Amino acid sequence: MSAPKQKQGTVPVAVASFAQTPSLRRIDQANEVELLMPVIGEVFEGTGLTKDDVGFICSGSTDYLIGGPFSFVMALDAVGVWPPKRESHVEMDAAWALYEAWVLMQEGVVDVALIYGFGKSSLGDLDRILAMQLDPYVMGPLWPDQVSLAALQAQTMIDRGQATEADFAAVAARARRAALSNPNAQVSGDSSVEELLAEDYVSTPLRRHALPPLSDGAAAILLVAGERAYDVVERPAWITGIDHRVETHALGARDLGASPSTAKAAEMAGVTDGVVDVAEIHAPFAHQEILLARELGLGAETVVNPSGGPLAGNPLMAGGLIRFGEAARRIWDGTATRAVAHATSGPVLQQNLVGVLEGES
Amino acid sequence: MSERTAVIGIGQTHHKAKREDVSVAGLVREAAQAALDDAGLTYADIDAVVIGKAPDMFEGIMMPELYLAGALGAVGKPMFRVHTAGSVGGSTAIVAAHLVASGIHKRVLTVAFEKQSDSDAMWALSVPQPFSAPLLAGAGGYFAPIIRAYMHKSGAPNDVGMKVAVKDRLHALRNPYAHLHLPDISLKMVEESIMLWDPLHYLESCPSSDGAAAMVLAAEDVAVAQERATGRPAAWVHGMAMRSEPTMFAGRNQINPQAGRDCAKDVYAQAGISDPRSELDCAEVYVPFSWYEPMWLENLGFCDEGDGWKLTDSGATALDGGDIPWNCSGGVLSSNPIGASGMLRFLEAALQVRHMAGEHQVPDASKALGHAYGGGSQFFAMWVVGSDRPES
Repeated sequence: MSAPKQKQGTVPVAVASFAQTPSLRRIDQANEVELLMPVIGEVFEGTGLTKDDVGFICSGSTDYLIGGPFSFVMALDAVGVWPPKRESHVEMDAAWALYEAWVLMQEGVVDVALIYGFGKSSLGDLDRILAMQLDPYVMGPLWPDQVSLAALQAQTMIDRGQATEADFAAVAARARRAALSNPNAQVSGDSSVEELLAEDYVSTPLRRHALPPLSDGAAAILLVAGERAYDVVERPAWITGIDHRVETHALGARDLGASPSTAKAAEMAGVTDGVVDVAEIHAPFAHQEILLARELGLGAETVVNPSGGPLAGNPLMAGGLIRFGEAARRIWDGTATRAVAHATSGPVLQQNLVGVLEGES
Repeated sequence: MSERTAVIGIGQTHHKAKREDVSVAGLVREAAQAALDDAGLTYADIDAVVIGKAPDMFEGIMMPELYLAGALGAVGKPMFRVHTAGSVGGSTAIVAAHLVASGIHKRVLTVAFEKQSDSDAMWALSVPQPFSAPLLAGAGGYFAPIIRAYMHKSGAPNDVGMKVAVKDRLHALRNPYAHLHLPDISLKMVEESIMLWDPLHYLESCPSSDGAAAMVLAAEDVAVAQERATGRPAAWVHGMAMRSEPTMFAGRNQINPQAGRDCAKDVYAQAGISDPRSELDCAEVYVPFSWYEPMWLENLGFCDEGDGWKLTDSGATALDGGDIPWNCSGGVLSSNPIGASGMLRFLEAALQVRHMAGEHQVPDASKALGHAYGGGSQFFAMWVVGSDRPES
């Protein structure tokens, strides 16, 4: 048994376990700690590992969802870091927390890492909250909502002949059908493209089906380095490449019909070095899946978002990490040998992270 | 498997109560450009940018690293945002250093900042949360009872905190970047300042500052090449560590937290230090309220438990005449751009071992500790830097 050749790094690190809450519109009865506790418990189940085996903990969340400072501080109580642990936090999607752990594990001093992310969209008005990510001097004071910005991007794609409204509906129809077999999905169903196209616009050219649901949720992953991964899972999902890139904040200076940061991260991670069986793409809006699949260099042989993707459930700050969990699941169960996980952050795909996961063939 | 890592560039702003002359982007760029100039590099040479700051509500911008990508030359590159409460400036430097130590990147720019004048930290820290007791007194109100417990337990005389307040402000007079320059500082002046949170007088508390800190971290080959090119020495990372523990649980030692002791033990082991007081030449330690100097002297193993105040009282931590000078820059008590305060400690430690600290230089310093803590004394980040390349 040996891990596949790595494009990046020298120490083999595998996604070895994954747990998530169901994505729900509103989880009133649990605060962030209560949301996380069962997920942290579940991610250790059947692994033979306990938190005592964990050498590093890293989480992703943002204070602006809870509306108070230090939301990650209390969340740490869901783990119970006693005796004290090596621990860190990113104010980013937890996929970047996974990246931080992967980097540390390249030094060979940590061989088990716990990653988690959480977000409750139900606590506030996301259209207002996410506008606060924009630069505070020029764009922010206009308070553009995230759906309108996404619609500008979708219209750019239509104007360039890159996609049609029917293509957006086809993405949503496929995502909803795929989500029928995902017990954690919030939106699923068997709708035809024609039915979806009959919906009203939310923001032209985007109809309701092209938008992600508002979700509350949390997720956790265990990373295990080296041979120890085989003690946890029969067919580890080895991270053979992982990279992330950012674009400018100035929307007017960006080409919204392209994602150069995704293309660069995909190149660095080695996406096109082999056949990609499955890709879990963090595309909150339907048109973004089409754009990202192109920039990732995926072909017709790749099954995209078999979980239903973010259109089926979109807990902020955990959504990107869930893509890693869902991609790894396909390696563990043998339905894929090579999978891509993608995460995004910031207004209309400003920042993107790409990971390649491989099982032994 | 760890690559040798060095600090080759350092930059900081002139810290002030209000930097109304610059935007947030202008503030971080001032520090970043200074660090690049020191390193003899440009933005184009940088592989990745790691940015840290305390809660986003301190400026009112959600995940501001997104907006700062252009200003910090990160477009097309990896940009990473760390947030670990008050320790964040230290944690950010450590995350950046691991990008080099792991062999992933060769040249990493790391930046930390706070522009406190854009918001109100006291308000931002005190937003009521459901089912939690409101913390309406800010950080000082949180720490004052812990300080009183320390005084009671150790039998320290009442004026030790005031002595720290005077000493660090005297140090700050020798640091042109420090926010507070109080040439008339005296014990009497501290004692006569208003009582904010008993036993902490106004002048025993850190100020609210606007400011930024930046460093360029490099792999060994780059560091050696840039040392030659610029004629300025690198500071080598001899050890770095982070530890966290929960905010509260029955029996938790909040005066001398286990996470701080464990973190220090780890970083000393990496740096081959068995007696920090004699083997380190100086330390930059996160002391936002005066009494945290004696408390951290104990937590960091510079003396036995209960003896920290005696070291402070004897003048051991003063730049003039002390054997283990602490916070020669003036420390957090003299400049507190919160998110950057931890990085300033790490950066000042590096300045000392590069012999570039100017008037607050400790003669011949070759090994120094940088320290940061945050939350309810529960998050710790530390590094030891030296003038010489570490053995492994």
